[in-house]
Amino acid sequence: MYTMQAVAVLTQPNAPLLTMTGICKSFGSQEVLRAVDFDLCAGEVHVLAGENGAGKSTLMRILGGALRADAGRTTIGGRQAVLRHPRDAAAHGIAVIHQELSLVGSMSIADNLFLGREPSTAGWLHRAGSLERARELLARVGLRLDPRRTVDSLTISSQQLVEIAKALALDARIIVMDEPTSALSAPEVQHLFARIADLKSAGCGIIYITHRLEEIYTIADRISVLRDGNLVATRRAEDLPAGELVRLMVGRSMSEQAPRHATAQTKVRLRVEHCTVRAARPGLPPIVADVSLQVHRGEILGLVGLEGSGVSELLWTVFGALGKRGSARVEIDGRPTSIHSPRAAIDAGVALVTNDRKRTGLIPGMDIIANTTLASLPRLSPAGWINRAAEARQASDSARRLNLLAASLRQSVSSLSGGNQQKVVLARWMGTQPRIVLLDDPTRGVDVGAKHEIYLLMNQWSEQGRSIVFSSSEWPELLHVSHRIMVMHRGRIAASFEGGRAGPADLLRAAMGATADA
Amino acid sequence: MPETPDKPAQPLALDRAERPGWRTWLSSSSATALAALCFVLLIGTLFSGDGAFYKWNTHRDALRQASVYGMLACGMTFVIITAGIDLSVGSVLALVAVAFSILSIHLSWSPWLAIPACLALGATCGAASGAVIARLRIQPFIVTLAMMVFARGLAKTISGGRKVSTAMQLPDGSWTAADVPHVFRAIDSRLLGDNISVVSLIFILCVVISWIILARLRWGRYLYAIGGNEEAARLSGVPVTIMKVLAYSLAGIFSAIAGLCQAAQEQQGDPEAGIGYELTAIAIVVIGGTNLMGGRGGIGLTLLGTLTIGYLDKILSINAVPEASRLMLTGVIIIVAVLLQRRKD
Repeated sequence: MYTMQAVAVLTQPNAPLLTMTGICKSFGSQEVLRAVDFDLCAGEVHVLAGENGAGKSTLMRILGGALRADAGRTTIGGRQAVLRHPRDAAAHGIAVIHQELSLVGSMSIADNLFLGREPSTAGWLHRAGSLERARELLARVGLRLDPRRTVDSLTISSQQLVEIAKALALDARIIVMDEPTSALSAPEVQHLFARIADLKSAGCGIIYITHRLEEIYTIADRISVLRDGNLVATRRAEDLPAGELVRLMVGRSMSEQAPRHATAQTKVRLRVEHCTVRAARPGLPPIVADVSLQVHRGEILGLVGLEGSGVSELLWTVFGALGKRGSARVEIDGRPTSIHSPRAAIDAGVALVTNDRKRTGLIPGMDIIANTTLASLPRLSPAGWINRAAEARQASDSARRLNLLAASLRQSVSSLSGGNQQKVVLARWMGTQPRIVLLDDPTRGVDVGAKHEIYLLMNQWSEQGRSIVFSSSEWPELLHVSHRIMVMHRGRIAASFEGGRAGPADLLRAAMGATADA
Repeated sequence: MPETPDKPAQPLALDRAERPGWRTWLSSSSATALAALCFVLLIGTLFSGDGAFYKWNTHRDALRQASVYGMLACGMTFVIITAGIDLSVGSVLALVAVAFSILSIHLSWSPWLAIPACLALGATCGAASGAVIARLRIQPFIVTLAMMVFARGLAKTISGGRKVSTAMQLPDGSWTAADVPHVFRAIDSRLLGDNISVVSLIFILCVVISWIILARLRWGRYLYAIGGNEEAARLSGVPVTIMKVLAYSLAGIFSAIAGLCQAAQEQQGDPEAGIGYELTAIAIVVIGGTNLMGGRGGIGLTLLGTLTIGYLDKILSINAVPEASRLMLTGVIIIVAVLLQRRKD
């Protein structure tokens, strides 16, 4: 119903298809969006740019009906729209295409296209009709596939096009694409862009989120920049050069960060050469492409990259945790070391704190002591019999050093706050006495106090001569803590900076793949 | 996204890694499991079957009858703690019962050889399941279902499809009766003035061994870690493949022990023995409160679960409740027990 009216309004060129005004959203005490205004015209691609955590996804989740705004109004085709549920958004002709596709892999393309709205009479499906309609829709996105094929059997890029066809099946006029190219090869990206051009000429408006500068300037008509929940600019793409865009995303105030340390000039502790991580499917560029780096004794090396840059995969490979997908030549203290499993890495004195403590860090049912000592049990139980006194001593020592807040060490880790959970993970790696610590975004989702404790621990480790590779999604902290910073873009080292020689804007430029003079 | 705020917590009492107080214990799984057992015992005092419940012999028999199930449940506990399942325990029990009977009755092996051979047979079955699960990454349900069918077939093959008993057919076609092996009588006997069955003592021994493995050895810690979060365990250096093979091997060994006891009690090896026992073993573990999702639970809970199921059965039978009603009641009790346990998770 709504969509028919929307179409009528939209036949006039450049009529605003969507207007969002004064959108506010807070999670607890944290303001994520502050009175954001955003609009979208028919037949345009409007790029939404911003750093990690700037509020882009929150805004799009509000538009998609997955979240409700605290304040503000949304107008679609000139009429106020109430978006309480993804269903409402669909009824208003809004389709959101996420990075994780929302197709049911075991079902056929046709079934996916009409899921929830199957053409039927009294529950009896119109099979022939829906196949016919599915073929039409697939043709519109340039796919010549049998609609009876299961979605599982398609490549990621075809799945993405099926997702777009599904948006067309819904008569969607407002299409949100959240980093659609992150898993695509270059020709597939070209094909996607051609389909986006088709959608534009068909009168759809497209909201496009990406971290890649070259894409922004290939397809954007307009660009809006979000920073810390504020909309800082909306301009035509030709009026917003790359340098200016990056400056707006970062904000001026943060570029004057004092460096903490000079580079430690000591012996090389960790040398990684030719680190390569294959993509999950053949035909795609590698996730990490022949990266080499070295870290000195006591040095904190900051590693920066936007989503999909390969930073985490690089760390996992050095830790031997990616199996056959990742390979690297690793030398520790000048000696070639073969690390083929996490156990081997631990024995060689390497520790890895992953960026997702719930999925890859904590063991939920176990208490603080058992979680803390898990990686050092071979030492605490040489004959297989756990020395419970030594175990409790180690846990309470590290708990004291990290200022862990808990009622008892026998408490389950599930009942701890995010910051204290992260301290338990760090305590686990204090226990193995590592020479090299790989920290993948260790301050994600922890409170300010715990962040401070983590920096203190890193300093301590550094002073003890341990080497640290530190990645973080919060660049100010990374600039603050690191002796040296390397920036990764699409699996390669795009730039490196000595401590204090770079600001957030430099990092962002390099991480988005801008050439040195952009 | 903001994290949930801290629960009221004080700086850690660092000098004491003390256990939680009794209040915490009251809401624990062990308290619930104990309450369930007490409830069943209370029913026993109310419906004592004309005073039979107050006789020690009733308890002795309840214990003996529950023991074989309890041994299977011990093995099952290891597997369930790793977030797996073992459907083959009943078939392995039958296979071992048949093998033990052939070795002891027909081939007159010494128990000092026959028992280790039977334990090795059980361990091999378990290790095979575990290796396929861990290396080939097939779901435990499927793999152990296959092993359940395979071991049953093997039991029928080596027994020729007949019960292996002391009645032996001679080459000329006539039948003769062999002596019941001494080891059978020993396992089936009672100690302490006829007051406790040897089978029950074997079960208690199984519980103690399981407790040591789970609560005191590095192995046990690794099993919990795998069940709680396999990827995190792997990244902490836990040898996941080896530990999974170990868990299923232990289940196989405990099934083998149960098979030895079964053969001794029946004085024969029945290739049809133990059908459906895997489900009783799973029910015991679940009623005890060990979580099927893995990572939580323990052998104490399994002991309580064994006693609960064992006593329930005994009390219903001394009150002459027909088997049909007993089965229906057991079904209801499983659901109630799990609902009680879920409260805290």
